[in-house]
Amino acid sequence: MHEMSICEGIVQVLEQSAAAQGFERVKSVWLEIGRFAGVERSALEFSFDVVTRGTLAESATLNIIDIPADAWCMPCAEPVDVMERFDPCPKCGSHQLQISGGEELRIKELEVE
Amino acid sequence: MCTVCGCAEGETKIEGHEHEHEHEHSHDHSHHHEHDHQHEHEHHHVHATSGDQHHHYGTGPAHAHAPGMSQARMVKIEQDILSKNNQYANANRRYLAERGILALNLVSSPGSGKTTLLTRTINDLKATTAMTVIEGDQQTVNDAERIRATGAKALQINTGKGCHLDGHMVGHALEKLAPEDNSILFIENVGNLVCPASFDLGEAHKVAILSVTEGEDKPLKYPDMFYAADIMLLNKTDLLPYLNFDVEACMANARKVNPKIRIIQVSATTGEGMDTWYSWLAAASQLATIGN
Repeated sequence: MHEMSICEGIVQVLEQSAAAQGFERVKSVWLEIGRFAGVERSALEFSFDVVTRGTLAESATLNIIDIPADAWCMPCAEPVDVMERFDPCPKCGSHQLQISGGEELRIKELEVE
Repeated sequence: MCTVCGCAEGETKIEGHEHEHEHEHSHDHSHHHEHDHQHEHEHHHVHATSGDQHHHYGTGPAHAHAPGMSQARMVKIEQDILSKNNQYANANRRYLAERGILALNLVSSPGSGKTTLLTRTINDLKATTAMTVIEGDQQTVNDAERIRATGAKALQINTGKGCHLDGHMVGHALEKLAPEDNSILFIENVGNLVCPASFDLGEAHKVAILSVTEGEDKPLKYPDMFYAADIMLLNKTDLLPYLNFDVEACMANARKVNPKIRIIQVSATTGEGMDTWYSWLAAASQLATIGN
């Protein structure tokens, strides 16, 4: 359940942004979550509700933007799409892949007032 | 709230370190609840440009309360959620690099034999190598006591409800433990193959420990962790005659997830393979002392 600490991290970023940019309430949060970010969507949604209670983001809407994963295949020397870390290259079947995207865990933007 | 700690305030306990940060959460929001909420949500992408930095009620254009004008605005922040943890981890990494200390983050399921492996390693190497240990568990100081019985310095961190160590906890532990220059620091993470993968502690390498009693498909079941690890110790090999465990299949699975992972087969009970592990430790430790 590290989603709980991730949500606490989100609230911390929101509080810092609120102080820096002069807003008092967060109505919506957009997160970018990569396929390999190690975050379970339902656990994150549950934790977000719990953690934001009594904060500036209470009852805020959580929007999750899924970021697909991609990798670089060494034998093919080109980028390929993968669904899991252990997937072989869809073209040549090799496991000599370097993950090049899908580890994002980022707050993209907020709707505030 | 100590946000970087993955647990509610007061749950994390570092031996001898009272967690008494002054959390200044001044919750005195002056909510002027007089918004004309006509639910039009016209996302006026008013990004935080220089003139918009102090968009307080009463000073910004929202103050006009023009009929139909939404109080809401959009703020782009594009911030990494784990950036705070990564800052702590990088501070730890600098601290360690300046002192030539090799830090290893030991990750595994509960019961893979991490503590036994560590006590054996310390007993075998203590004559020639300085070693300290940070022990992470939800509760009890049992593991730190097992390590101290070897004569090595150890510090227990209890994470309470938390499922992993983080950069902040390890930073405090480093202050308290003060490992000597050019030594090896073992950080035994909470037994969990999921959450510790996401939290950098400032270590040089994650070392995944998998025991042969666990099943050869574990690297596929928990790919994030085996991807994050540079080295895998396949432990309890002395039990192989009594098990249906396919060592080759296990290693192939680990390499599917992480083609670069280095695998050493060991038995912390009989000592088989431990010399190979010690050679790796010596080489990695020497690397840590070169440059900074």
